[in-house]
Amino acid sequence: MTGPRRLPEGGEIDRRQPLEFSFDGISYRGFAGDTLASALLANGVRIVGRSFKYHRPRGILSAGPEEPNAILDLRHGPRHDPNARATMELLADGMALRSVHARGTAARDRLAFLDRFARFIPAAFYYKTFMWPHWRLYEDRIRAMAGLGQLDPASSAHSAAHHHHDTDLCVIGAGPAGLAAALAGVRQGRRVLLVDEGTALGGSLLARAAEIDGRAGRDWAADCQRQLSDGGARVLTQATAIGLYDHLSAVVVEKGVAASANGERIHLIRAKQMVIATGAIERPMLFANNDLPGVMLAGAALTYLRRYAVRAGAEAVIATNNDSAYELAVALRAAGSAVRIIDARPERELPAWQRDRIRVSGATLHAGVTVAAALGRNVVEGVRLSDGTQFPADLVAQTGGWTPSLHLYCHAKGRPLWNAEEGAFLPGTDLPGIAVIGAASGAWALDRALQQATLSVGGNAGDASKASAPDERWTARPLAASQAQSGKARIWVDLQNDVTSKDIALAARENFVSVEHLKRYTTLGMATDQGKTSNINGLAVLSAETGRDIGAIGVTTFRPPYVPVSMASVSGLERGELQVPIRRLAAENVHRQEGAQFRDYGGTLRPAWYGADRTVVAQECLAARNEVVVMDASSLGKIEVIGPAAAALLDFVYYTPMSGLKPGRLRYGLSLTETGLVADDGVVLRLAPENFVVSCSSSHVAAMVAQFEAWRQDHFDLDSVFVHDATPHWATMAISGPKAKAVMASLGLGIDLDDGKLPHMAAAAGRFAGRPARVARVSFTGERSYEISVPAGLAADLWGQARAAGAKPLGIEALNILRAEKGYIYVGQDTDGETMPQDLGMTGPRDKRQEAYVGDRSLFTPAAQATGRKQLVGLAASGRDPLPAGANAIAISAGRKHSLGYVTSSYVSPVLGGPIALALIEDGLSRMGETLSFEHLGQVSEGRIVPTCFLDPEGARLHV
Amino acid sequence: MQQFPCPWCGLRAENEFRYVGDAGVPRPARAASDAEWAHYLYFRTNSKGAARELWIHSTGCGRWFELDRDTATHDVAATRPMVP
Repeated sequence: MTGPRRLPEGGEIDRRQPLEFSFDGISYRGFAGDTLASALLANGVRIVGRSFKYHRPRGILSAGPEEPNAILDLRHGPRHDPNARATMELLADGMALRSVHARGTAARDRLAFLDRFARFIPAAFYYKTFMWPHWRLYEDRIRAMAGLGQLDPASSAHSAAHHHHDTDLCVIGAGPAGLAAALAGVRQGRRVLLVDEGTALGGSLLARAAEIDGRAGRDWAADCQRQLSDGGARVLTQATAIGLYDHLSAVVVEKGVAASANGERIHLIRAKQMVIATGAIERPMLFANNDLPGVMLAGAALTYLRRYAVRAGAEAVIATNNDSAYELAVALRAAGSAVRIIDARPERELPAWQRDRIRVSGATLHAGVTVAAALGRNVVEGVRLSDGTQFPADLVAQTGGWTPSLHLYCHAKGRPLWNAEEGAFLPGTDLPGIAVIGAASGAWALDRALQQATLSVGGNAGDASKASAPDERWTARPLAASQAQSGKARIWVDLQNDVTSKDIALAARENFVSVEHLKRYTTLGMATDQGKTSNINGLAVLSAETGRDIGAIGVTTFRPPYVPVSMASVSGLERGELQVPIRRLAAENVHRQEGAQFRDYGGTLRPAWYGADRTVVAQECLAARNEVVVMDASSLGKIEVIGPAAAALLDFVYYTPMSGLKPGRLRYGLSLTETGLVADDGVVLRLAPENFVVSCSSSHVAAMVAQFEAWRQDHFDLDSVFVHDATPHWATMAISGPKAKAVMASLGLGIDLDDGKLPHMAAAAGRFAGRPARVARVSFTGERSYEISVPAGLAADLWGQARAAGAKPLGIEALNILRAEKGYIYVGQDTDGETMPQDLGMTGPRDKRQEAYVGDRSLFTPAAQATGRKQLVGLAASGRDPLPAGANAIAISAGRKHSLGYVTSSYVSPVLGGPIALALIEDGLSRMGETLSFEHLGQVSEGRIVPTCFLDPEGARLHV
Repeated sequence: MQQFPCPWCGLRAENEFRYVGDAGVPRPARAASDAEWAHYLYFRTNSKGAARELWIHSTGCGRWFELDRDTATHDVAATRPMVP
């Protein structure tokens, strides 16, 4: 026996496996099979946390996912869960638990004094009070006082990969109804997946007496499990369905997964039929101080007694308005507790056999009265009944009826309807492919639930299991008094968010009488338990306040997740490079050997420079201008556009017409969006009349392929043109500089390098290492340049030969400077979400083209033709320092500053020996020579507007 | 997660597809007025209920197609190839 409240025998726990754990720094022992909650109860721990707002002591209320109080900080090995639900978590050896919402410990909370000010802090107190001068001034301190567990930034246990299931029948909930449905499915030869949030199958059968097909309910459940397993059904335990989504899909979170560092795994399920057999959740009763530790749901007390051999009280008072608590009375009595059962129903309404078994058990029955208040300061010490009598008690077990769990049904857009007779919302509309069965549907009687389960999956009624269970009435109308009747008593409705019936009365008084307004004003049902034990009671109080029927008030919208799920589980393997894989160059290892520093450029890892620090960038620039360099340009797009209509497709997609291009020649062009904005720039090579290769920006490849496909499928005969992204198939090295031709000659590509045969913007086919090679004379540096493309596997060889022939390595940072010296733009850096081709000075096609092309009409709207558009210009800085990129050009009109535009690119040019910049400036092209003030983070500097090309505007160096 | 019937690949999960926009929005000729062009670019009914949409089976066959779908219930009524 461990713990003062553990019975010497019984329960599902394994007494041969004792487990050590601690709570708030004190060591305790439990057994394998214990939940955190059952182990704490067994050890006599009554206060497990403090309430959200008033810091009142709180104990364990439930034995399931509805738990509002017992939320603990759990540390175990690498795992840290700041909001572990004690009722759902299995105990493991060495677990360290702490209460999450107390300064100090749960038993001695330094903020407990807050409760004495409770009447000054009603619902919406914080909203109303901390408005002046601004909520922001108070927010941090108030949030620190409220809230739940704290994440430990040092703890980062990941979650395992998600599992996907495709099945015929998915049954959610393995109580008697769910088991019967799954079994009927297996017998029809269907693929069945059964999930249950508990550690064992059986649901209510695990704790309650029942007989099915002549066997004890527990044994019947175990037999079902065997038959399911033999029939090939997949069964997940400790697995909670958190949401039912479109087209019969569900998401399930499984706990206790050894392969997962955070212990969880997400399952994504698609089924042909979903069966919701999620049972019902017990409702608390509404009486004064009903939040004291020791006040517990009756079903939970029975679960702790039968499954974990924990007697939750020696002197028990059971408050009920239905038959479901009578079994607890008898069982606690048999376990040696003194028991009083307080039934709100008048004596004449009580079934004779219930009265008889109470009498036989030796418990005392008080009919026609209710519990008016729990007594006690920190834990429950007694009760006062509505007739004024008082009794001592260390446990108040309560049941106010049962609420069918319709969360999943509502996720699937089912509409619940209030059934006044049953005192519950029940499924109101049928959903195709979704069956709601058992207690979730209001089928309380076991026999009826088993019948219904079999029929719901298309089984024969005659094959259904037969139950013999006593005829009990579990349902009851929720009892609630209006504030006028309950007076000063503090009656808790939502334990997790500290909402009392007074708060609801206040909301009603201030006319927040829509259920959605009530929820947001009082925070009723907005805690992590989603109001599983509080929603119906809250509606009952509002109904009592407003005189409206609960059915007329309605319910708030249920949204996933049904229980909290950690973000690590949601992301699963989708983290870091597994979520956003970075593209890598074929020659990456060779660049590393050259000392390259790598950076992510638009999703590709490319060499920024070659050397220890960026001082080498200037040397790389000078090498390109004075000698010869080699740069890995493999990530530039190589989109093949092939077919009789290839030229027509290119003409349509590009602003710059391409159909006039001769085979073997290249042309630079812009492509636009349909709104006329510059989408990309690139170079198109015509290999043959019906064969083009589009070299677009590295980071725009996917977008350009999508653009080509969109217009191809929308405008063309699909057999007349094809688009194929060959980017990763080819490696491209750019040889650039005054000595580029000499390096090319030494590569032995079999190409005539004579400038007459291979002029600038021309291409030739050759061979490299016995494989095809393509050479294009195209330059992004302004120097004589050759881009050599070879099959990707030869990237390292080509790089090595170019280096051996004297080319020096060039990284992206140096290239950025070289291209800016020439005024070559980067689309997306030197253009923005307003830039049209005329803003870059490229007006030719706009003025001349008559046939349709993407974005054509947008170039002639009033906005496109207005003055004041931002145009790309060069900037010469007045000083030695470069203008900061992003600096705004400032104009002053009517005494107010406004921006004329901003610096898009800015560098110090090693070859020019000074700063250069590009900028988008209002009417910039007509401001040549004007000097503007530029402001950035309070610093002001000056820049003069000049043409974008700073070096060799005639392009003579291309031919050197 | 929804499932859509690609006219070429059959029933596939929603995350294989990319939404394009309303189907049946013809591209006006250059002679269109500013208002007509603006309607083509920007004006959509955004209806709650029956909708005729264009989707791409982006990680499957890459084809564009039309999908008749109820935006409120997510019921899929019909699917057909997009004809140029």
